[in-house]
Amino acid sequence: MAQDMTEKELLKMELDQLKKEVKNERQMVSKTGKEIKEYIESMAGEDPLLKGVPEDKNPFKEKGGCTIS
Amino acid sequence: MCDQTFLAEVFGPCDKCSKDKPLRPVYVESEQLSYCSLCVEMMATEGLRENETLASLKNEAESLKGKLEEERAKLHDVELHQVAERVEALGQFVMKTRRTLKGHGNKVLCMDWCKDKRRIVSSSQDGKVIVWDSFTTNKEHAVTMPCTWVMACAYAPSGCAIACGGLDNKCSVYPLTFDKNENMAAKKKSVAMHTNYLSACSFTNSDMQILTASGDGTCALWDVESGQLLQSFHGHGADVLCLDLAPSETGNTFVSGGCDKKAMVWDMRSGQCIQSFETHDSDINSVRYYPSGDAFASGSDDATCRLYDLRADREVAIYSKESIIFGASSVDFSLSGRLLFAGYNDYTINVWDVLKGSRVSILFGHENRVSTLRVSPDGTAFCSGSWDHTLRIWA
Repeated sequence: MAQDMTEKELLKMELDQLKKEVKNERQMVSKTGKEIKEYIESMAGEDPLLKGVPEDKNPFKEKGGCTIS
Repeated sequence: MCDQTFLAEVFGPCDKCSKDKPLRPVYVESEQLSYCSLCVEMMATEGLRENETLASLKNEAESLKGKLEEERAKLHDVELHQVAERVEALGQFVMKTRRTLKGHGNKVLCMDWCKDKRRIVSSSQDGKVIVWDSFTTNKEHAVTMPCTWVMACAYAPSGCAIACGGLDNKCSVYPLTFDKNENMAAKKKSVAMHTNYLSACSFTNSDMQILTASGDGTCALWDVESGQLLQSFHGHGADVLCLDLAPSETGNTFVSGGCDKKAMVWDMRSGQCIQSFETHDSDINSVRYYPSGDAFASGSDDATCRLYDLRADREVAIYSKESIIFGASSVDFSLSGRLLFAGYNDYTINVWDVLKGSRVSILFGHENRVSTLRVSPDGTAFCSGSWDHTLRIWA
């Protein structure tokens, strides 16, 4: 538990973690950023909050206007 | 020295190293002992060595952090908004409060959607946990916890149970029953036990396991049926305030954020921290995975939200404005991941364009801090909970 550890123990824990992380594999932002952008573009058409949904289709837009079966 | 005092040498076994040597009197916690001169010296410098070790650990940590930054910087060839330069800008957004859920007697601290995209569970400072039908605003269930500040609540994937906890240091599961005669509290099951407050909880892919985060600095995975601890996650240097599970397709990981300003990504099976990020200037109140699982967003008391790309292993966007000076308490993405909704302590909700980094809308309505915010499972609306005792559904 972090609350029970001394400053030294906390530092040791952090140090061990950092040593592991330095060895992680990484990719270029130009590549990964592009993939994020492509994901958004592929899903954008189905995003109701982004594209908006016609009043009669969205159960929240008109109170009592929809029956849910 | 003109007046020399001769020390009467006592010879014998040292109280510390047991070797036969000339002894000196030494006082350890008001008890007189006899140490040899070597042990006297070691004792005198012990305090010094302790500090040296701490300082050298700090130095090592700093240099490793520097090295990590260097490695990360090598892949930072472009900014996210540059990648998104030619993406069409977003138009004006009209989002309004469509429902207001009133019924809590005090600050709403947490909420979660049911997979049926309609029901919501919310918890409050006064110990009440309520299940609502968000279409009709009716309350379907209510239970009073034995503690105040129920900071965490979650809906089970089946929709048949809810989990909640807070200052009681536990996470309890309540099966939801539609039998009017049954008292919900009677079937309560205590699942998780921490040594400090419960700040967040979430069912995994089934009703059988729960992941918890606590003020004791740890996260833990529990078996609901037996209450057994399956895995614990140590690494945060202070209270853990939030967690989010990776979308099921991306595997068994989750991300947590804490008062140590760190966001950590964990492997649920091994308990190991895979990656960690420390770029916020203050407590991280909320973390949420990006829909594809390749990134996550965070909201912090430093008034910024940030996007971290897991494969590039770095922060790739900051969502902030000079005019926003209050902490962000909760964040969530729209279905496609293009929009990031963030609730703030200045009572507003800001809507950010994830790719371009700009704010597309501010939503007013709450009369106190926004403490919790979640987009519905099918992305048709989002719900915000506030210290003004209400929840609002926006669409």
